Amino acid sequence: MSVPADLDRRFREAAVAAGLVDVAYDLVDSPLGALLVAVSERGLCWISFGSEEPEPIESLARRLSARVLRAARPVESARRELSEYFEGRRQEFDLPVDLSGLPSFQRSVLDELVRVPYGEVSTYGQLAVRVGKPRAARAVGGALNRNPVPIVVPCHRIVGAGGSLVGYAGGLERKRALLELEGAGPAGA
Amino acid sequence: MMETMSVPPFELFYRDQRDAVFAYLVRALGRDVAEDAFQETFLRALRAYPRLDHGRHLRAWVFTIASRIALDEHRRRQPAGEPPEGAAVDPEPAYAELAPLTDGLPPTERAAVVLRYGYDLAYEDIGAVLGSSEEAARQAASSGVRRLRKRSSR
Repeated sequence: MSVPADLDRRFREAAVAAGLVDVAYDLVDSPLGALLVAVSERGLCWISFGSEEPEPIESLARRLSARVLRAARPVESARRELSEYFEGRRQEFDLPVDLSGLPSFQRSVLDELVRVPYGEVSTYGQLAVRVGKPRAARAVGGALNRNPVPIVVPCHRIVGAGGSLVGYAGGLERKRALLELEGAGPAGA
Repeated sequence: MMETMSVPPFELFYRDQRDAVFAYLVRALGRDVAEDAFQETFLRALRAYPRLDHGRHLRAWVFTIASRIALDEHRRRQPAGEPPEGAAVDPEPAYAELAPLTDGLPPTERAAVVLRYGYDLAYEDIGAVLGSSEEAARQAASSGVRRLRKRSSR
């Protein structure tokens, strides 16, 4: 006997209202396809491309808390800001970002990355210098590759030394689309 | 050493268990009351979730919560003025009395005995908890009881 949809929804809402959900997530539509977006009490803690579920939520459970539940309401402001961003009406996100539970080097790279402004690009080498590890460009690349909050923590704005797009965990097509949306010029051309 | 099974994200646990728990509560309490009991079961599970230290026996765990709620609901429904015997002193519930007695039984037999005689669950529901058939649940309970008899006659 399956649980009626309405009861399922009410349980999820009650769980959120009771403050028992540490990480809430939902799927969000975007021009780049479905995004799985998760928020904690501290802020936005996850965005991944596609609607595949088990892997992202297992990763969130290991990193933050096993009390991960799909629920629409906590994700509303993230949904709204992302949609404004994709419509070209927003250049900066007001949502706080929660990078807790990540290794400290990765956090320092991502903290620095947030300063690369909308519509501009930087390189792995420049980012390595800015985190005080000028010889660690490869490690910086690794940290970006595992960025849990792409788009909002803009790893798409980091390109290779010659301006080539190089890698992107979400695929180069998506990186190109984000840079085009931001009018970041012919990177990768 | 056996690898510890980690606690799954609550969402996956909930999806795995919600239909079986709901079906059990509908049988035990009727459709209307089952909905509230269902919410209460999973809210309690969510509240207790951070205290789990491994992901084993989660079905038995959530059925323990659900059957406790169903039991409370049955008690609540007893007409006023006819308190069940000994209710005033709130005797130790049957499942609590059984726990130390059944210590040392193989896990499946122990669960079957406690769920049958402590929670008064039907074999069909016990089968659902144990992930086995009604018949296998009946056999587990009876071989558990045989083992206990043997033990007490020693």
